[in-house]
Amino acid sequence: MLGVRLYMLQRLTALIMAPLTLGHIVVMIYAIQGGLSTAEILSRTQGSIWWLLFYGSFVVAVSLHAAIGLRVIVHEMLGLKRLALNVFTLVISLLLLFMGARAVLAVTLS
Amino acid sequence: MSANCDELEVSAWRGDRLSGHFEVFHVPANDSQTILDVVSWIQQNLDATLSYRYACRVGMCGSCAMMVNGVPRWTCRTHVKKVMNGNKLEVAPLRNLPVIKDLATDMDPFFDKWITAEGLHHPTKTRDEPIETINPDSTMRAEANAGIECINCSVCYSACDTVADNVDYLGPAALQRAWTLFNDAKDSSQNAILEAVSGANGCHNCHSQGSCTVFCPNELNPMKAIAGLKKATAKSFFKKRV
Repeated sequence: MLGVRLYMLQRLTALIMAPLTLGHIVVMIYAIQGGLSTAEILSRTQGSIWWLLFYGSFVVAVSLHAAIGLRVIVHEMLGLKRLALNVFTLVISLLLLFMGARAVLAVTLS
Repeated sequence: MSANCDELEVSAWRGDRLSGHFEVFHVPANDSQTILDVVSWIQQNLDATLSYRYACRVGMCGSCAMMVNGVPRWTCRTHVKKVMNGNKLEVAPLRNLPVIKDLATDMDPFFDKWITAEGLHHPTKTRDEPIETINPDSTMRAEANAGIECINCSVCYSACDTVADNVDYLGPAALQRAWTLFNDAKDSSQNAILEAVSGANGCHNCHSQGSCTVFCPNELNPMKAIAGLKKATAKSFFKKRV
């Protein structure tokens, strides 16, 4: 139950996620080297449009990518089809988007 | 009946998929004995009601494939000694297909998917025009040649775990045929082929597990053909949107 559009969407979101994941790991390693406190990290991220765009685009990509991946697993393992499968994909995508956006906004809004 | 080294203990599937069972037969062991020889011997000497399918006996027609000790194989070209488990053999109908009776499967779903994948010839010329000249060294011809020896035996289809989990998935054989025709200069419908394999049950469902390639008795590579289709459909996807 994976046509060319969802297939391409999953590949393109993977292309977006790959450099952002590497960037996140680099930042995490940098942050713990000098022992940055939570307050110090938040002082850098809050009010920053760049961190909002960095993690915001990651969240959007993840919510699409993971929902499509779970769609395939649920179809093959549980036999979910057609409308039920589309609803499942949409709900997972919106849930991930909501949870991710909430976390990103919490650390980037001043 | 006790088993010894001159005798094979053969469990053959009887009945349909749901209510069937294995029945044990004892068959004399011979040199250069194939699985099809064993099944034929049972049918000719022990139980004339045993149903199975074969035609050419030489690996050309693709009719005689069965599960042998849990693995899909062309039975006419599979030597007993290469696959024997002790002196035991288990012969069952192909996986992923409906069972008609005993060892004979209904191949209709398999061939229907060839049609769905546009695995049929779309001519570029009429019979009145001269035959098209084909350059055997071209890249596309090499790709077409790579899959042209498929004998439609359904071994790859039976080996495919994606078909097992998604009965509507077109499967490796139909997709390989689509890729072969896509690369054939004598086929006129490249776009129709790409359209046919891009649907919800098309080539993008393949997980590249490679069972099709591992078990293909003619050593073809359907997984590579499917990868080719994925690449071609991805290119087509961008072209349509530029």
